Amino acid sequence: MLNAVWIGLIVIAVVVGAATGRLDAVTKAAFDSSRGAVELAIGLVGVMALWLGVMKIAEEAGIVRVLARLLRPVARRLFPDVPADHPALAAIVLNVSASWLGLGNAATPLGLKAMEELQKLNPAKDTASNAMVTFLALNTSSITLVPATIIAVRVTLGSANPTEIVAPTILASACATVVAVGAAKLLERLPVFRVAAPPTPHPETADEGRP
Amino acid sequence: MTFAALANAISTALVPLLLLLIPLAGLLRKVRVYDAFVEGAKEGFNVAVRIIPFLVAMLVAIGMFRASGAMALLARAVEPATRLVGMPAEALPAALLRPLSGSGTLALVSEVMRTNGPDSFVGRLVSTIYGSTETTFYVLAVYFGAVGIRGTRHAVAAGLLGDLAGIAAALLVCRLLF
Repeated sequence: MLNAVWIGLIVIAVVVGAATGRLDAVTKAAFDSSRGAVELAIGLVGVMALWLGVMKIAEEAGIVRVLARLLRPVARRLFPDVPADHPALAAIVLNVSASWLGLGNAATPLGLKAMEELQKLNPAKDTASNAMVTFLALNTSSITLVPATIIAVRVTLGSANPTEIVAPTILASACATVVAVGAAKLLERLPVFRVAAPPTPHPETADEGRP
Repeated sequence: MTFAALANAISTALVPLLLLLIPLAGLLRKVRVYDAFVEGAKEGFNVAVRIIPFLVAMLVAIGMFRASGAMALLARAVEPATRLVGMPAEALPAALLRPLSGSGTLALVSEVMRTNGPDSFVGRLVSTIYGSTETTFYVLAVYFGAVGIRGTRHAVAAGLLGDLAGIAAALLVCRLLF
């Protein structure tokens, strides 16, 4: 998909540039943009280093684990198919906590661990379970408390108030998360999305561990 | 205006508070805070360098596209539709690219802010759009790929609905605040 977008942009640029007689400007833009890209990335180094350093402290101080404990009751309700004491739930909660803190590098391994655990509970091994889709809905719309990358770009480009977008970003991503998870929960009931062999319910979740 | 004041207070205070409280919490938990900070900070360079190829690829294509006059043509073509919902035409490409590519969107967003200024309305809007969702197709590819799931069922639909909601909410919140 991205390949098509990329080559499409270049083809259109050269064709339109030739038609409008701006090929020299197109050439200049190609060189200027490549230099600008490197300057932008190098400008990110300082702020990224600052943030990742602080996040490493958070990780070692066990802040991620504390957040995970707070989120546990919500997680049980979102994933009714997962037994309350199953390691999948712990991995999910740790992954979500890490991504809220902007710990992308810590979040991905935890998320992959969560997927492996969910796969053990999945009756149809090549088809996504309801819990997997709900989990990925949480991940594709993830809330980030501090959008460090975009703040770094704003600093680099000389913004007078680089962090003013923090509250709008939290609000917008909260909306995205609510809609994505809500959609996952509603769509899983549609006949189009039903699994061919209905999953057998886990008896231990039926009456145990509900808040 | 109290909502705007509150949002601004949160935006202003959150970063210094986290920069204070997290190291303090580390100190209480007997973490060697300086060593931990330095170890984490080393990653910053790697992250920034890792995105250079993506930035070069996208910024060059976008730069050529703009310089040829094609971006102006596209913006004029879609303006009536985006004006209906109050979305500036410059922000539309970033919104469309968001679910496909995080680094590509970052490049677009940087370009929009470089052209219009980071503190312009459209600069704040694209900043918010960038942070409002994750890169849906990347997340699905990595996580489903890791456990060999091919039937993704309603995952794409749920992810894209979330992206749409995030972009709409970003537009609404920015209109209210800025």
